Amino acid sequence: MSENRPILKMTGIHKRFPGVHALNGVDFRMFAGEVHALMGENGAGKSTLIKVLTGVYPIDGGEVEWEGRPFHPRSPLEAQQAGISTVYQEIHLCPNLSVAENIFIGREPRKFGRISWRAMNRAAEALLAERLNVKLDVTRPLGSFSIAVQQLVAIARALNISARLLILDEPTSSLDRDEVNRLFAIMRHLKRQGLAILFVTHFLDQVYEVSDRITILRNGRFIGEYPTRELPRVELVQKMIGKDLDLLGSLPKRTPPSAGGERPFLQAAGLGRKGGVEPFDLAIGSGEIVGLAGLLGSGRTETARLLFGADRADQGKCFVEGREAKLDSPRKAIDRGIAFCSENRKAEGIIEDLTVRENIILALQAHRGWFRALSRRRQEEIADEYIRALDIRPADPEQLIRNLSGGNQQKVILARWLLMNPRLLILDEPTRGIDVGAKAEIQRLVLSLSEKGMAVLFISSELEEVIRVSSRVAVLRDRRHVRHLAGVEIRQSAIMQAIAGG
Amino acid sequence: MPFRWRNSHLFWPLAALGGLLLINLLLKPEFFAIRYQNGHLYGSLIDILNFGSPLAIVAVGMTLVIATRGIDLSVGSLVAISGAMACLTISRGADQQSLHLVLGAVLLALAVSVALGLWNGLLVAGAGIQPIIATLILMVAGRGIAQLITSGQIITVTSKPYHFIGAGWLFTLPFSVYLAALVFLFAAWMTRRTSLGMFIEAIGCNPAASRLAGIRSRSILLAVYMFCALCAGIAGLITSSNVSSADGNNAGLWIELDAILAVVIGGTSLAGGRFSLAGTLVGALLIQTLTTTIYMLGVPPEITLVVKAFVVLAVCLIQSPSFRRAIAARGVPRKPVASRQEVSRHG
Amino acid sequence: MNVRKILPIVLLAACLIVTACGGGNQPSSGGGGGGSDSNGPSTQSTESGGGSSSGAGKKIVLGFSQVGAESGWRTANTESIKEAAAAAGIELKFSDAQQKQENQIKAIRSFIQQKVDVIAFSPVVESGWETVLREAKEAGIPVILTDRAIDSDDESLYVTFIGSDFVEEGRRAGRWLLEQFKDATEPVNIVELQGTTGSAPAIDRKAGFEEVIRENPNLRIIASQTGDFTRAKGKEVMQSFLQAHKDIDVLYAHNDDMGLGAIQAIEAAGLVPGKDIIIITVDAIRDGMQAAAEGKINFIVECNPLLGPQLMEAVIAVVEGREVPKRIVTEEGAFTSEEAKAALPYRKY
Repeated sequence: MSENRPILKMTGIHKRFPGVHALNGVDFRMFAGEVHALMGENGAGKSTLIKVLTGVYPIDGGEVEWEGRPFHPRSPLEAQQAGISTVYQEIHLCPNLSVAENIFIGREPRKFGRISWRAMNRAAEALLAERLNVKLDVTRPLGSFSIAVQQLVAIARALNISARLLILDEPTSSLDRDEVNRLFAIMRHLKRQGLAILFVTHFLDQVYEVSDRITILRNGRFIGEYPTRELPRVELVQKMIGKDLDLLGSLPKRTPPSAGGERPFLQAAGLGRKGGVEPFDLAIGSGEIVGLAGLLGSGRTETARLLFGADRADQGKCFVEGREAKLDSPRKAIDRGIAFCSENRKAEGIIEDLTVRENIILALQAHRGWFRALSRRRQEEIADEYIRALDIRPADPEQLIRNLSGGNQQKVILARWLLMNPRLLILDEPTRGIDVGAKAEIQRLVLSLSEKGMAVLFISSELEEVIRVSSRVAVLRDRRHVRHLAGVEIRQSAIMQAIAGG
Repeated sequence: MPFRWRNSHLFWPLAALGGLLLINLLLKPEFFAIRYQNGHLYGSLIDILNFGSPLAIVAVGMTLVIATRGIDLSVGSLVAISGAMACLTISRGADQQSLHLVLGAVLLALAVSVALGLWNGLLVAGAGIQPIIATLILMVAGRGIAQLITSGQIITVTSKPYHFIGAGWLFTLPFSVYLAALVFLFAAWMTRRTSLGMFIEAIGCNPAASRLAGIRSRSILLAVYMFCALCAGIAGLITSSNVSSADGNNAGLWIELDAILAVVIGGTSLAGGRFSLAGTLVGALLIQTLTTTIYMLGVPPEITLVVKAFVVLAVCLIQSPSFRRAIAARGVPRKPVASRQEVSRHG
Repeated sequence: MNVRKILPIVLLAACLIVTACGGGNQPSSGGGGGGSDSNGPSTQSTESGGGSSSGAGKKIVLGFSQVGAESGWRTANTESIKEAAAAAGIELKFSDAQQKQENQIKAIRSFIQQKVDVIAFSPVVESGWETVLREAKEAGIPVILTDRAIDSDDESLYVTFIGSDFVEEGRRAGRWLLEQFKDATEPVNIVELQGTTGSAPAIDRKAGFEEVIRENPNLRIIASQTGDFTRAKGKEVMQSFLQAHKDIDVLYAHNDDMGLGAIQAIEAAGLVPGKDIIIITVDAIRDGMQAAAEGKINFIVECNPLLGPQLMEAVIAVVEGREVPKRIVTEEGAFTSEEAKAALPYRKY
């Protein structure tokens, strides 16, 4: 591919949302016939950039040039008509319609006002064969094909509109290895036809396998654009996370508690789930904080969910205090003294319609059953106690939790589980989206809990945080537990090496 | 914090009810006349309580189902089945006046109702079918079952004890009013004195988070659907006993829609979560008052449904905060309408 | 939403409905009638033991498709047809449509295939019959409508319509009332419980009644509301009437069931039905006749379901090629309380 003129050139793009500067002077360009990976951690601005490009949001500042002309799409449809097509992570197709219908829905070939099914099926077959190099029975309902094939159909639908730029947002997240290979073959095929492909993924291996060029964003800022071959993995991770290896000395390390012959509170042996996380071994002792590090989508949350029984493991075993435990529902895990604060506070943590008091006592009350209701007075005592202990604001137990800030909601969820007096507390991104002060408070709390003998599994995207609190760290990459670090080994450089991998 | 009565979730339903009564006061003052006669009170208001009690009972059960983000379309059929079951048993009995026979018939009818509620609950909580589909099955099949029980005929019974349930009087008021009050108080007690209410709201508001908090949503859903069916069963007994006959074709026809309407008017969202039993009661009374008003005012039958629809539309519109805001915005700028989310508690 | 998850359930529901309602839509030929329980889907062929059919050398075969078994009136109607067929020596192929038009159309098609001599049916609904009746016409099989009419411009599709004249029923009720109050000098306040809004009996019974009582300006309908032909609604509406109007003299209900509900409301108000309020109803089902015999209903206009004998007469006439009038009105009576008391022991329904 020649460095002549980019088909897309974005310069100094700004996009602000209330309270957030989502894109802060971002540059981005693409050439015909390349696969371009857009990289960055959560909140880096990747999806905002895509939405600006496809006309979902207008830009607040900067220039966009598409095929040499200024370009300001006001809707996804306009962007599509200009030749920019997007395939989103979730497939927005109708499983009960045929493949051909899905490809042509809304623009069916017509003959005297009636849909010409034959023409449509022929066109769909030709499209799939010529551009994607696949043969399918296009009259079968889409739902009868695998997710991978459905993805191909989604691509075919996007391609049909004489696309010159194809955006694939996390296309591989639900595919297995063979399916990924097939998708990559198709991407290369399309590339040779001169299409520009913007590829968003969390899997580093895949970036190096298929992309020609990488643009890195961090915190809404443009970090750089590099040919993939010239950017070592470790450097990529550093740029994404924003730490320079040279500056990372070894921080003073808390010595691990006397983890001698004592058997761990919880031990996972070959525990795994297809499509979630590959089998892993992990042990967490009482009074110990084990950190999980890895990029988003690397299997951290999936690990936590298996240990809490939120997802059912399909292989391996789990031992609690030496005895095998079948943790196939949250209730069973709770009965064993395990607690779990989900990373998805809104969807899996708080009950928006309930008050702070009710949210705090929910797990304890559920454990007791309906009839052994805590008296209203006891509930208020508990709520007051935890509001004070965790400094939840406003200090009103009857406030609906939806009216609290993210940090305070997080504290309420923490209170819910502390009230259970768990033996193992699993915290998945407990400090995400909350302010610095609250962050430090929660970290201090976690440390003091472990000193009192609680086992903690601590998951965070922020390496510093993981390093600061953990006595051991398990590093994950591409849904595999790749490395375990303990004591003095826990350094940012080592973790990053492990995250970046081969 | 001072109690701001306009923010209460009961304000708008009560206002609508008040408005309806005001119309009656202006057009038909005898609507409010209550006489004392043969040892009981007698008047339109009493009739509203009497004829409104089956709807109120069904709506109380429906409230809990809707709070779990579900819906129960089968209540109308259950009303028919329960009445048919009881009347069939009594009509086959040797002595229709026997209290034992009536008691047995009532218990049998209620047991059948609860069993059918269990079926609904199993489809929803066990098989994971969407509630609207799961209960649609019994809505359609139940009508057939009721017709099968009555052989498509109207079963007339002469039992005095049975007649008492729907048409008897106790301490100057219709007995059915006490039944409705009992069901309401029981539901209120179950949901507010035990933690069932909180669990129902948690499941309705956020099923995923509830599961992770360790709530047994399956058993709660089963209980709720069974309770709703029990309510429908009681309503069926009242309806059939009121006219001393069971009509498998028409008993409880469309009551599910009126019940859903009562729940929504009462301020419980169809999306589940927070519910208000008191609001539902007001909603049910509003609907029955509207029906009686239409009869009293002599609205021609050809347009009664249209009149009903307009009143319901008006009530629903003034209930909608965004509609009120839109109206307010067109007039003089006012302070923004306080959000209903600030309501702290209800009974 | 997971469509595939729901689909089997919907199918299951469909199956349930079909088993509950369907079954014997296809009239079976041959076989001595019966075998089916009272509740089961009934398709039976009744052959009379003795008695040769009048006129023709071979037996006349009549295919009859009934609406269903939704009321006591309908059951009596069915019984009458079966008995009359047996008595006239006509072979009856009987099919129950379970209140569904599609079942009825299927049954008629099946009658055509079996080449019956005459087809008779009570249409479930008024419209949508042209196609299947044209098929019968082309096959040369005469069609007789019973009880309910169809809504079609093409009168050649059927030979005759045997059934009640609802307007006449209303007139009879009115005439009796006119007679009762012929000397009245003060206004007579009448309340009316209408049938289901828009149904033919409700419209016609109202029209016939109003037509007659217009003669006496003292007779005034002060309130008229639908009671949906049910007891529960009849009671509820009557109760409101009693609250709204203090001086009701007469109740006219379009069927017995609403009247029976209203009687309960009147009694609950402390009034004596039949004395304080004169009650007129239409239908004369057993419960209604019972109430009339007890004096609670003053006058019942019969809506006669026993049109079997008239139907069989018409069938024989059609087969023999005689001219049949396009409209045959059922022979119907009317009962005062005393007459009801006398007639009650002999009533068939």
